Amino acid sequence: MSSYQAHFKVWRGDAEGGGLQDFQVEVNDGEVVLDIIHRLQATQASDLAVRWNCKAGKCGSCSAEVNGRPRLMCMTRMSVFSREETVTVTPMRTFPVIRDLVTDVSFNYTKAREVPSFVPPKGVPAGEYRMAQQDVERSQEFRKCIECFLCQDTCHVVRDHEENKPAFAGPRFLMRIAELDMHPLDAADETGVNRASSAQDDHGLGYCNITKCCTEVCPEGIHITDNALIPLKERAVDRKYDPLVWLGSKIRRRGQ
Amino acid sequence: MATGTTPTTPASEDRGVRSPGRAAIAAPHLRTDRWWVPPLVTAVGLGIFVVYATWRAFANSHYYAAPYISPFYSPCLASNCVDMKGGADWALFGSWWGLSPALLVLIFPLGFRLTCYYYRKAYYRGIWSSPPACAVAEPHAKYSGETRFPLILQNSHRYFFYLAVIVAGILTYDAVLGFRDAHGNWGHMGLGTLVLLANVALIWAYTVSCHSCRHVIGGKLRHFSKHPVRYRLWGWVGTLTARHMLLAWSSLISVGIADLYVYLVSSGAFDDPRFF
Repeated sequence: MSSYQAHFKVWRGDAEGGGLQDFQVEVNDGEVVLDIIHRLQATQASDLAVRWNCKAGKCGSCSAEVNGRPRLMCMTRMSVFSREETVTVTPMRTFPVIRDLVTDVSFNYTKAREVPSFVPPKGVPAGEYRMAQQDVERSQEFRKCIECFLCQDTCHVVRDHEENKPAFAGPRFLMRIAELDMHPLDAADETGVNRASSAQDDHGLGYCNITKCCTEVCPEGIHITDNALIPLKERAVDRKYDPLVWLGSKIRRRGQ
Repeated sequence: MATGTTPTTPASEDRGVRSPGRAAIAAPHLRTDRWWVPPLVTAVGLGIFVVYATWRAFANSHYYAAPYISPFYSPCLASNCVDMKGGADWALFGSWWGLSPALLVLIFPLGFRLTCYYYRKAYYRGIWSSPPACAVAEPHAKYSGETRFPLILQNSHRYFFYLAVIVAGILTYDAVLGFRDAHGNWGHMGLGTLVLLANVALIWAYTVSCHSCRHVIGGKLRHFSKHPVRYRLWGWVGTLTARHMLLAWSSLISVGIADLYVYLVSSGAFDDPRFF
């Protein structure tokens, strides 16, 4: 097993300010960035704050930016960098920083609460739901989400424009709306909630300009743009911009 | 504040990644890879095509070399076209139209490609820098996306898709005419026939791989189990949709090459090799 000394720059600070701090640290074969951050904690910076849990790319805790790219630290192998390369690790730059590599991701929890939950179908008791596999497999792709919020972090709508945060749910939660709209048993329509229209009117779907960064950074490989956001945009077109549907609704309204 | 750091206080007037409360990092991005290559290549590629297509669309000449018709000039909707034997020639606009007839037709494929979900990504990134690349700060102070005029018109993509299907059908007809010789007799094939066939195959693949097509074919359904045929078609279209970028560029290049081929043969710069 070989090892070498790597040059790391790690952002340290809090909401009041901070900066990149230089470290020389040992790296061994097979290690990932999170291993190196832990070694820094153990040997050089015992008060370095970092959020982590599973070390297996399944809990979504250790989201950060490595050389400027939103990544899970536990899934970023050191072997992708040359030995001479400086590795820069910063917290996610879309959310308020709490301390060092830990950010306040409560924006995402607020957005999650704004999405109306699954509406059970009337007359079908819990435990009696029956769904064909082909009807649920689209939604199942979205259920792979580990809520690491890297897609939210990289989305320029909120990353580059703080003022859009109240109006825009972000790719993760637009995907949640798509998941529910494609659910074969969701009865939201019967309660007067049209999820596709609401995505456009209430959750800022129109802000998405489908530049696919959410898909690029997703550690679960979910095709967020192709399978969730674009289908949701098309469903919104069905409801809001199709002249035939518009004409039909006008005629129906006149008849009432 | 953590120990051993050089404090830099975020300025209150900063925006985006330098907004108050976020990690105080002055650099708009920290990417070390060559993130600027893809948007640059995209901008150059689109720029070359736009310059070429503008020249050819306004040229109003050398678009027919019997039996080959340039895809830029088909169908001909004005009466000032040269006689294209058996070609899609409907003079809907009459003799008052004095400009190039290509201008009447190109608006449909142009609209289809301008509103295409792939091309939107391409030009938003490559030309408008919104964003230039992932996690690279965009230069604009404000952003409203596709919520307002004119970009809200991007929602018209599906209607351009329907028109693009008609155009692709006409180009298929033109490609079939390539099996006739210059005098209109069937049983001919030249290099131009192959060029037009390859072009129309790529045009169809690009058109069918459209996200709106995928939605109309089956994506809008909630219960695939009740529509097995549409479900199967949706799956096939989805396979093509995954290659939409590749097909977008391939068909853009092929339509340019097909037009250039007709131009070269028509202008006498090149003799069409005949296979039979």
